[in-house]
Amino acid sequence: MALSDIRPTVRRRISWGISLGVALILVIAVAWFAVMNWDVLGRQFFNGEVAAKLFPDAITVCLRNTLLYTIICFVIGTFFAMVLALMKMSRGPLRWFAIAFIEVFRGLPAMLTIFAFAFMVPMVFQYRWPIGGIFGGLIGLVCVTAAYNAEVIRSGLEAVPRGQREAARSLGMSIMTTNLIIILPQGLRIVIPPLTNEFVMLLKDTALLFIAGASIGMRELTTFGRDGLTTYSNGTPMIVAGVLYLIVTIPLTYLVGRLEKRMAVKK
Amino acid sequence: MVVAPIQTIGLHKSFGDLHVLKGIDLVVQKGEVVCVIGPSGSGKSTLLRSINLLEWPSEGQVLIDGINIVDPDANLDKIRTRIGMVFQQFNLFPHMTVLGNVMVAQVRVLDRPKEEARQIALNMLERVGLSDKVEQHPSQLSGGQQQRVAIARALAMNPEMMLFDEPTSALDPELVGEVLAVMRDLANEGMTMMVVTHEMAFAREVADRVIFMDDGQIIEQGPPDKVIGNPDSPRTRTFLARVLDPTHIDSATPETADFSIDLSSGQFRLGPTHR
Repeated sequence: MALSDIRPTVRRRISWGISLGVALILVIAVAWFAVMNWDVLGRQFFNGEVAAKLFPDAITVCLRNTLLYTIICFVIGTFFAMVLALMKMSRGPLRWFAIAFIEVFRGLPAMLTIFAFAFMVPMVFQYRWPIGGIFGGLIGLVCVTAAYNAEVIRSGLEAVPRGQREAARSLGMSIMTTNLIIILPQGLRIVIPPLTNEFVMLLKDTALLFIAGASIGMRELTTFGRDGLTTYSNGTPMIVAGVLYLIVTIPLTYLVGRLEKRMAVKK
Repeated sequence: MVVAPIQTIGLHKSFGDLHVLKGIDLVVQKGEVVCVIGPSGSGKSTLLRSINLLEWPSEGQVLIDGINIVDPDANLDKIRTRIGMVFQQFNLFPHMTVLGNVMVAQVRVLDRPKEEARQIALNMLERVGLSDKVEQHPSQLSGGQQQRVAIARALAMNPEMMLFDEPTSALDPELVGEVLAVMRDLANEGMTMMVVTHEMAFAREVADRVIFMDDGQIIEQGPPDKVIGNPDSPRTRTFLARVLDPTHIDSATPETADFSIDLSSGQFRLGPTHR
């Protein structure tokens, strides 16, 4: 057939092009590495002396705070997300409140939301957050998480077959009972992988809390990295922070993949 | 005067432009077994689902024990506990065990203590012959077994009446008998039942009354021998001819359709299957 005559040639030509491109990039990279200032890289970004001073606080305080903030925001945010998802699926004014909330906090950059809760709210209401701006920042992050997770959870709830609600209601269960013990347990199970994914995203978004400022003991990894940057006039603290993020996020991402595969098998 | 458990007055239902129920007046007496038959799209399922307001009627009233439940002030959840419902797709709760399925509404709706609910659930499961499956999950059961669990789940609420929405239509043919057997027992015990079905033999044997519906209206109703055996309406005849002898759609007439079936042998399905 004509097609099979043509194909190999085209493929060969394409693979030739790819090989050429890769070779070219390699040459450029080697040249780049040659002119790169390894000395600066080592001294300014991978400086052992500076790094040594960062521990153990980097882990015992800052990584711990990052995880703590993530978990707090995720737990509270996901709780509100469930409420919002149910509200959005209901009829009446609650639905419109949920839609407005979700659209606003999904539409705003998370950093602006954190800024608004950390500084704007206290100034406007003449009120000091209990533990400082970071408290307001966390509230902002809870709102963002609630908005994002609400959409994820809603998709899960809508994937529960209609007959489940009908069966529950025909047994005399109220709307509330039906949602709590029939729909939510099934819907949440469906969205465990995407919610875990949201957890990873949130973990990285806690970095934005740096804008709220924090006392020494309250710092999370990015605030810590930035403070270190100014203290030592050295980029190493940022690199350390980055590595610590990766140590947590890579296994979590791997977990998401595993969960997704398991869900696929179940179906 | 004895109040009928189920009554509908001038029931209409529309889905958009589609007029599905066109003024249904119906009374089901206590202990009566009513089978509703008719072609697909005739509105028979919608009628059944209107009786516990899974479908909200566009017009008309539904009276349960004389109470108009379309009234927004009616305590619908409470009334629904009196009406057991069994669905074509079983609709068991997949995240609960068989026992959990039968217990959950007892505990959550009727506020029965767990131990009591458990006992009742076990009794009901024994009644439908599934005592050995209590700890299994629905997905581990056959369709027939799932449907029997669904019946036990409804019965555990001590309903005064039961609605069956094509309970055997999603089952493999060899599993239909076990579900119909449970339903026949229930009918013999005097349960008020409304059954939407295509099982003509079952309707003939068990029903006190058969209702033939077409195009959103009740065309004909009466004793099964009359409606299935010797219907007045030509529409009923045509329908029955198709259901009872589907392989001869073109040539068959109701007069020649084969009604002779040995019910004593426990065989409910009549002639070739219609699906």
